[in-house]
Amino acid sequence: MSGLVRCILSFSLIIFLVNTTFASERKFNLGQIATKEEVAGWDIDVRPDGLGAPIGSGTALLGEEIYTEGCAGCHGDFGEGADRWPPLVGGEGSLASHDPEKTTGSYWPYASTIYDYIYRAMPYGDAQSLSYDETYEIVAYLLYMSDIIEEDFVLSNKNIGEIEMPNKDGFLLPDPRPDIKNTQGDPCMSNCQVSTKIIGKARDIDVTPEDDN
Amino acid sequence: MKKNKKNEVSNSKKINRRKLLIGASSIGAISLASKNLLSQEANPENLPPNLPEWTQYLGDGVDVNPYGMPSEFEGHVIRRNVEWLTASAESSVNFTPLQDLEGFVTPNGLCFERHHGGVAVINPQDFRLMINGLVDREMIFTLDDLKRFPQTNKFYFLECAANGGMEWKGSQLNGCQYTFGMVHNVQYTGVKLSDLLLETGLKDKAKWVLAEGSDSSGMTRSIPIEKILDDCIIAWAMNGEALRPEQGYPARLVVPGWEGNMWVKWIRRLEFGDKPYLTREETSKYTDLLTSGKARMFTWVMDAKSVITSPSPEKPILSKGVHQLRGLAWSGRGKIKRVDVSIDGGKNWKTAQLHSPILSKSLTRFTLPFEWNDEELLLQSRAIDETNYVQPTIGELQKIRGVNSIYHNNSIATWLVSKNGKVDNVRLG
Ligand code: HEC
Repeated sequence: MSGLVRCILSFSLIIFLVNTTFASERKFNLGQIATKEEVAGWDIDVRPDGLGAPIGSGTALLGEEIYTEGCAGCHGDFGEGADRWPPLVGGEGSLASHDPEKTTGSYWPYASTIYDYIYRAMPYGDAQSLSYDETYEIVAYLLYMSDIIEEDFVLSNKNIGEIEMPNKDGFLLPDPRPDIKNTQGDPCMSNCQVSTKIIGKARDIDVTPEDDN
Repeated sequence: MKKNKKNEVSNSKKINRRKLLIGASSIGAISLASKNLLSQEANPENLPPNLPEWTQYLGDGVDVNPYGMPSEFEGHVIRRNVEWLTASAESSVNFTPLQDLEGFVTPNGLCFERHHGGVAVINPQDFRLMINGLVDREMIFTLDDLKRFPQTNKFYFLECAANGGMEWKGSQLNGCQYTFGMVHNVQYTGVKLSDLLLETGLKDKAKWVLAEGSDSSGMTRSIPIEKILDDCIIAWAMNGEALRPEQGYPARLVVPGWEGNMWVKWIRRLEFGDKPYLTREETSKYTDLLTSGKARMFTWVMDAKSVITSPSPEKPILSKGVHQLRGLAWSGRGKIKRVDVSIDGGKNWKTAQLHSPILSKSLTRFTLPFEWNDEELLLQSRAIDETNYVQPTIGELQKIRGVNSIYHNNSIATWLVSKNGKVDNVRLG
């Protein structure tokens, strides 16, 4: 299908040259052209290079108060996570351990993602209620708590694409799967050399919910 | 300014987690399996030569249930969750009761749910799909607009990348539902994105799409344009009726064969760009942490997998003699080619019967008759897809990926059938 679309596109390019109207023609005449204002209202994503970051700025000094009021109840005063809510800070050096702790500080490769996510989804249950500046302030506060920036560093749309996150090189591409021994669709069928010793039972762990219906 | 004392923090986390495990273990109640047995006891007064009541009285008339519901005797066939897994039900998951289903279609009300900000309630009149970024025309479509495009109707499985995620370190949850139930299979009706995009046109530089939901999590995932143009759909119906609210009503993205998180529900926007967006869901989540501390990223496809749905921990064997072993197999890389079953823990295998239709990127039903005479069995199933990929053992996966990756555990499970017919999820090694 990709071929078809491209083919139609290049076909319409010829029309474009002749008609000098659009780069491609509408095929079904369905839907409306979006206005700039309509797009601006919904286009809230921020990319690692900072593309899409709205104009604004903030420091950790300013972020502490908003964070403590609006976020600490779930994520803890220090980002350590209250009850079972997710932690946001800590876990540095834990990724290769038996109990890895993945937080914005220890795991997230881009500061832009913290901005993008908090603005679109937090506080939980009151999404998209923060202002641009408040979001920069909170992100700065989280980065400060993870020792990534200083408390008076002014985080803004101009520099959010340049923050170096500790785990920025922690991700592997491309997907290497299938990554297991390839038996070419012809695995062992009889007298296979496998261990059939039982080394664990879910019943013994005993964390399966009981049915109360 | 406060500063985090890191060691204290991670210690208290560990203790919390341990407390959870211990806390849950003190609950003692009748198990799922024995509960099912109780509810199935017959009343001798209804058996031949007696005449049961229902043979004599007039039953309910039409319209008693304008929207029909399952028999009251099927009340145990429900989605279930594992409460201790998550902090709140609005960002949580429940599981499809695979052990109680037949064929290859999942009934709409039993399709597992995974939400990150609860279920959005959307009047279809207020639905808009925006397409912006590197297109010739930035456009907005109503639901009615979408339904006027050429239509496609396709069966696809949707599996959460974390299906079986609790089983990486060992057998934890004693149920087919809890260990395999983050998958469902329905027929989608919708418009192919390759058709929809004929309306907006695409700029040459467009290489990636950001799909964005309109729920309060603002779910976002980056998808390469080749996949979008290959087989992705904006769907508004499942199994012949409107999408269920919990499945993205009124419209969702369908990304055949790829992890469920990418199938953005309550879709509101597709943005075309020249680079991926690296959203929270493809960095903090849905990345596969290896023992080295590095993590794989953009691991989209769901590899071949299978499960024996009966016998299973919820479906013990109740009598000696012949039984039909039943199961499901699927692959994100195409059709299922073969499923083998072992009753001795993987030493010897028999090929099961596949039931048509055998569709690409769809659940496929398999069965195999077997005799049981009170002996212990170690049941396993192994799927092979049309690319000749063979479903691996957990040992094979652990060797390469360790035990911390959470996602993409497509390994062979083992059900131990005991001499009393009870079935347990066990780990061999
Ligand atoms: C009512 C509890 C609650 C409050 C208040 C709250 N959050 Fe959250 N937060 C959550 C939950 C639940 C999640 C996980 C959501 C999911 O599963 O998708 C989360 C996730 C996050 C994450 C991503 C964590 C990760 O590792 O992926 C960040 C960052 C975050 N919150 C920041 C904030 C900020 C900043 C605020 C204040 C403006 C805030 N949260 C307020 C409950 C809360």
